[in-house]
Amino acid sequence: MHELSLVMGVLNIAEEEMKKHQAALIEEIELDIGLLSGVEMAAFDFAWEQAKKSTPLENTKRTINLIAGEGVCQDCNHAFSVQEFYDPCPNCGQHLIHILKGKEFRVKSLTVS
Amino acid sequence: MCVTCGCGGDSHAHSHHHTSDHDHGHSHGKTVVEVERDILQENNLLAARNRGYFEAKNILALNLVSSPGSGKTSLLERTLRDLNKELTCYVVEGDQQTTRDADRIHATGTKVTQINTGKGCHLDAHMILHALQGLKPQENSIFFIENVGNLVCPAMFDLGESERVVVISVTEGDDKPIKYPDMFHSATICVINKIDLLPYVPFSMEQVKNFARQVNPNLQFIEVSCTTGEGLSTWYDWLRSRVGVAEPA
Repeated sequence: MHELSLVMGVLNIAEEEMKKHQAALIEEIELDIGLLSGVEMAAFDFAWEQAKKSTPLENTKRTINLIAGEGVCQDCNHAFSVQEFYDPCPNCGQHLIHILKGKEFRVKSLTVS
Repeated sequence: MCVTCGCGGDSHAHSHHHTSDHDHGHSHGKTVVEVERDILQENNLLAARNRGYFEAKNILALNLVSSPGSGKTSLLERTLRDLNKELTCYVVEGDQQTTRDADRIHATGTKVTQINTGKGCHLDAHMILHALQGLKPQENSIFFIENVGNLVCPAMFDLGESERVVVISVTEGDDKPIKYPDMFHSATICVINKIDLLPYVPFSMEQVKNFARQVNPNLQFIEVSCTTGEGLSTWYDWLRSRVGVAEPA
């Protein structure tokens, strides 16, 4: 359940930005989460519901952009979508894959007022 | 920030011109802030700081990760006893509770710090920063970090280590690497422990390596038994070759 630490990371960023912009309220938060980032979404949701209580995120509308994995084969240069780290290159069958997308885990934007 | 004047954002009005020929003020209601910040940024910054410390002092920092019971502490005990006269080592022990592992390491005569994470499932860079302040490791040494026994959570947390060593034992099943791909993807060395038990378990050395290479084609393997000592010389040679050669990870 490292997802609780992750939610606390989101909360820290939100509180810092809120202070920086002298905002009273965080209306919306937009997160980018890659499907290869190692975040288990069910656990993240559970942790979110618990951790947001009595914080500025309690009534915030949350939007999550799930980012699908993309990689390029280092052997044949073929670009393809990666579901799992052990997926072989569909073109040549090799496993030396450079991950281009899907490891994101960031706060993209906040709507404050 | 107010996009009209670039101010810090207190409520105030600006006038602006409309083609429909009327002017009116605008007050700050909603502001969209493009944050674009990595959620693990705080951990990653501290990890970079730890890494800088290790590199400046030529310290080989190893983050040992595995499921509980694969033999991380046994591997360390044996390693420390065998290399004590030759190399200076330090150990950070991460467990939810007790100082049992630190006591075992202490018995080998090595400087050790126990971190109890309580309900936590992993070590983070901040904990390592404090361990460093306590242990004050000297130059050209090895700094072993035994992470909490858990093949899932520690994968996401960079501690500033030079290498991530994943330990797996032959009693665990040879499909572990694809069942827990995140950890095998982020490791650089895989120590396969308890090879003295190979005759008694349905574990294929070839299969485990195939699975692991599917996740991480660059992974190096070292097969050992901490009970019989078989293969440990390869592990020691690897450690010797890496001490004082602390290249950026």
